Amino acid sequence: MKKYILTRMVHLLIVMFVVSFFTFAMVYIAPGDPAELLLSAHDTIPTSEVLEKTRTEMGLDDSFIIQFGRWLKGVLHGDLGTSYVSGEAVWDRVIPRLGMSIKLAVTAFILLVGISFPLGFLSAVFKSKPVDHTIRIISFLEISVPTFWLGLILIYTFTVKFQWFKIMDQQSVKSVVLPAFTLAVPLIGRYTRIIRAAILDEYSKNYVLGERSRGAGELSILLRNVLPNSILGILTLLGLSVALLLGGTVIVENIFSWQGLGSLALQSVTYRDYPVLQSYVLLMSIIYVNVNFVVDVVTIILDPRLREEN
Amino acid sequence: MNAIKKNIYYKILAVAVIFIFFALVAPLCAPNDPLHTDFEHVLEKPGENYLLGTDQVGRCVLSRILYGARVSLGMTFSLLGMVFIFGVGIGTVAGMSGKVVDSFITRLIDVILSFPEIVFAIGIVGIIGPGIKNTIFALSIIWWTKYARLTRVLVISIKNSEYLAAARMAGAGTLRCVFKYILPNIVSPLAVQFVLDIGNIMLALAGLSFLGLGVQPPIPEWGNMLNEGRAYLQTAPWLLLYPGLAIFLTVSLFNVLGDMTRDFLDIKNI
Repeated sequence: MKKYILTRMVHLLIVMFVVSFFTFAMVYIAPGDPAELLLSAHDTIPTSEVLEKTRTEMGLDDSFIIQFGRWLKGVLHGDLGTSYVSGEAVWDRVIPRLGMSIKLAVTAFILLVGISFPLGFLSAVFKSKPVDHTIRIISFLEISVPTFWLGLILIYTFTVKFQWFKIMDQQSVKSVVLPAFTLAVPLIGRYTRIIRAAILDEYSKNYVLGERSRGAGELSILLRNVLPNSILGILTLLGLSVALLLGGTVIVENIFSWQGLGSLALQSVTYRDYPVLQSYVLLMSIIYVNVNFVVDVVTIILDPRLREEN
Repeated sequence: MNAIKKNIYYKILAVAVIFIFFALVAPLCAPNDPLHTDFEHVLEKPGENYLLGTDQVGRCVLSRILYGARVSLGMTFSLLGMVFIFGVGIGTVAGMSGKVVDSFITRLIDVILSFPEIVFAIGIVGIIGPGIKNTIFALSIIWWTKYARLTRVLVISIKNSEYLAAARMAGAGTLRCVFKYILPNIVSPLAVQFVLDIGNIMLALAGLSFLGLGVQPPIPEWGNMLNEGRAYLQTAPWLLLYPGLAIFLTVSLFNVLGDMTRDFLDIKNI
């Protein structure tokens, strides 16, 4: 098992390296001269001499590999470059914003697990009963609803009509609930279905029939065999949901004026502030691959079958 | 699938086809010009003059929604068509060639999929600039991988089958094998994935337009109508209600169609 985890770790490092490479290359081939973008952001029209000097200072004359190496070294030391717009270090702007996005995503994840597990479970246990039908219809609607519309409708109902929530105040616990719920809804629908299918799939296996014929109670089969066996597959799929959660933050932050990394990235698109945009793509992807690494390792540790295979 | 379900499936399929047809002939059904501004009827409530009301510059919301259907569906199907052809092509090449080419393509797909898709799309659009074509391009770069991956697995499963070995022994070349024996046998799961993706892609495109990255005003599109209308959340909620409802219903329609197509063709695990 140790060997497997070690191999996975090496694999993770390679993936993170390649992801950084792609992210750097993306901005490297972007149209526009970084030196010019940086200078013109400060309302000066730079002369060609100044441009030349800045270019040398920024190391833009070096080859691609050298620039990439320098950038990567900076990233590893917590230096994500300088914002073209504000001239500040990107790191200082991005990290607090990232914290806000993570707060949103984690709350959404808790809601996702807390709602979709019981629903999927009930739906499977009461298969083809009214409870199942209702839950299936709800999850279908959740998958089809656009988050940006749902968010606006929720704002309208809860803040304009009833004035229950304050969406601008980001310190209170209440304020994170609506955005996080909006973010979680499409995933709740998806995972309710997945959990239902996983449990039903486990029920259809031969050992369940065997246990029943030996007189084991339904409850014991469910709690001792079916649930533990199906939960690991679900765990792996939950790891993948993180991509949708992280990606979804940009829309939700935009609707709820949440000061997260997504809304900053959107601003950086408008101002062509590439270093900020680059950091957004880099950080989100690094988080995503790391979460999946952790999920993989946890699955291996928990599942004796996989442990022996590896 | 029993007879009743089949019947329902055909009906839903018919509704979807009619819907696509209506989107195509939107200019004939729309009561007004979607770009015409009527400053005497600004932010007018839904009523006699304008069935679904007017927006902040007096444009007819109903007409804009009808024209928006065309933009939305046009974008969705051109994107989906492109990624389908490209993805299936690359996937077939990977599955048939094995070794070096296969592992190169698989690695490339793995790398692309290690970026969360919307994050990646925003990164690309941010660099090449907002707009319809650029958004479609950005999403294509990610989306083809899904088809390539699925096709690769399916092709490999058939490559190892006995009937393909028989065909090879009978003298069939690689191209003949692919087009006559492999592709026809994997078309069902690919078709199911295609139909299931219509709703997903529609939501992704509308979402990017909502963020101001996709379709640019004044072109009517449901996502950017919502974006323009949100400033009037308190005074003119119909600007949000109807375009959103249009997306919701359309995506629901194609999602039902996708689910039922899967049952109809009896494909599991997609």
